[in-house]
Amino acid sequence: MPNLGQQISSKNDMIPDWTSQEVSTGVSTGAAGPWRTEAYIANRVTDKLTPIHDRIFCCRSGSAADTQAIADVVTYQLGFHSIELDEPPLVETAANLFRASCYRYREELTAGILVAGWDRRKGGQVYCVPIGGMLVRQPVSVGGSGSTYIYGFMDSNYKPGLTKEQCLELTAAALSLAMERDGSSGGVVRLATISEDGVERRVILGNQLPKFSTH
Amino acid sequence: MALSNVLETPAAGFNFDNAARNTALEGLFDGGQTPKPLKTGTTIAGVVFKDGVVLGADTRATSSEVVADKMCAKIHYISPNMYCCGAGTAADTEKTTELLSSNLTIFSLNSGRNPRVIMAVNILQDMLYRYHGQIGASLILGGVDCTGNHLYTVGPYGSVNKVPYLAMGSGDLAALAILEDGFKPNLELETAKELVRSSIHAGIMSDLGSGNNIDICVITREGVDYIRPYQESQFKDNRKMKYKYHPGSTAVLTEKVVPLKLEVVQEAVQQMDTA
Repeated sequence: MPNLGQQISSKNDMIPDWTSQEVSTGVSTGAAGPWRTEAYIANRVTDKLTPIHDRIFCCRSGSAADTQAIADVVTYQLGFHSIELDEPPLVETAANLFRASCYRYREELTAGILVAGWDRRKGGQVYCVPIGGMLVRQPVSVGGSGSTYIYGFMDSNYKPGLTKEQCLELTAAALSLAMERDGSSGGVVRLATISEDGVERRVILGNQLPKFSTH
Repeated sequence: MALSNVLETPAAGFNFDNAARNTALEGLFDGGQTPKPLKTGTTIAGVVFKDGVVLGADTRATSSEVVADKMCAKIHYISPNMYCCGAGTAADTEKTTELLSSNLTIFSLNSGRNPRVIMAVNILQDMLYRYHGQIGASLILGGVDCTGNHLYTVGPYGSVNKVPYLAMGSGDLAALAILEDGFKPNLELETAKELVRSSIHAGIMSDLGSGNNIDICVITREGVDYIRPYQESQFKDNRKMKYKYHPGSTAVLTEKVVPLKLEVVQEAVQQMDTA
């Protein structure tokens, strides 16, 4: 079905999941900037990292309208669930809620989502819910149209046991490389670090990104 | 909870019923041309400035190549503190904003509070997403409420963007070029009005679907200043508007009188009670 709405297919992001003695377990997620309506950039500073709960975020790629709608639905469901239980929700629960919506309406939706967060049971976790509605937990994940350019980079550079700073550097580098090559990615890089202590958000502007190209 | 809103919150989950109905309707035309809705080629723009929000729009409504309305109002009233510019299908933007306005009025009356811009955005997003792009309305919603000055755009598929300056419609590229160049945070009123005016002007000059006059709407805490028109087109034609011809201008060639035979079928007299 031709999708003429706003696309955020530009998005690519990666989420390493790490445990280390120095840094409490957590997750850092990153996402790149602009939204695309065919050849027109509707918003060059979009925020594709959407908070679902206090310590759970999601990265959205695909149709802007679809992912915003799904994220709103899941935020509501998760909030309700958390109040019922009177305790913070599990990241796996959030991921399952996303999967439930994405799989049931798979014919009508175009949404690729990465769910990431921290909970007391399993610490930092990353779940991938791509188009079609699969659910899988991964230590590192990338998504969006620009992700194809950085699979090799991620495979070779990610190691379990990285510190928070190393993870953030790795994420920023990966996103810069993807933004360099993918026409639908660009603008700014937004990073979020989620851990037991809370969420720390950062923005890296276009001119501050690490530079790789020599030509 | 349901009382606050005439629009009933539909059952949970996504509802794509109307998409099926639309494909069925297309089948009726059997490969022929489905009727084309009237689109307003448009330039609309909005800017957040120090004390509020400035919205601007052109006033041309086109029906294919003909200008259907030279003084069309594209800045729609939502509530005393919110106005909405609409681009896309004229009927859709008109009705969507009217529906939104009614809902928010009912909410205000029920709760005694002024509606917030984010409420309007949520209602619009909800409705447009449910219709899956079949309602062709691209809206720029601007307003001032207790949380500050806000400018949002809602696309026809239900995507929302919150931005400090914005242009939509067929003339948006030209308008956005001017806005990108001239926008700074915390502008003064006159600078903001001039920036919006020149961006709409750029849209009018560069896009066939936009034209005629420029409307500006300034929304601040103190109130709303709806200036219509803010700038009139220099190309105005002189129309008499009264086309009355004196008797005898057209020659009578033949005349034929046919009396209508009326029979009285029934006659009844009823006295009127007068006191």
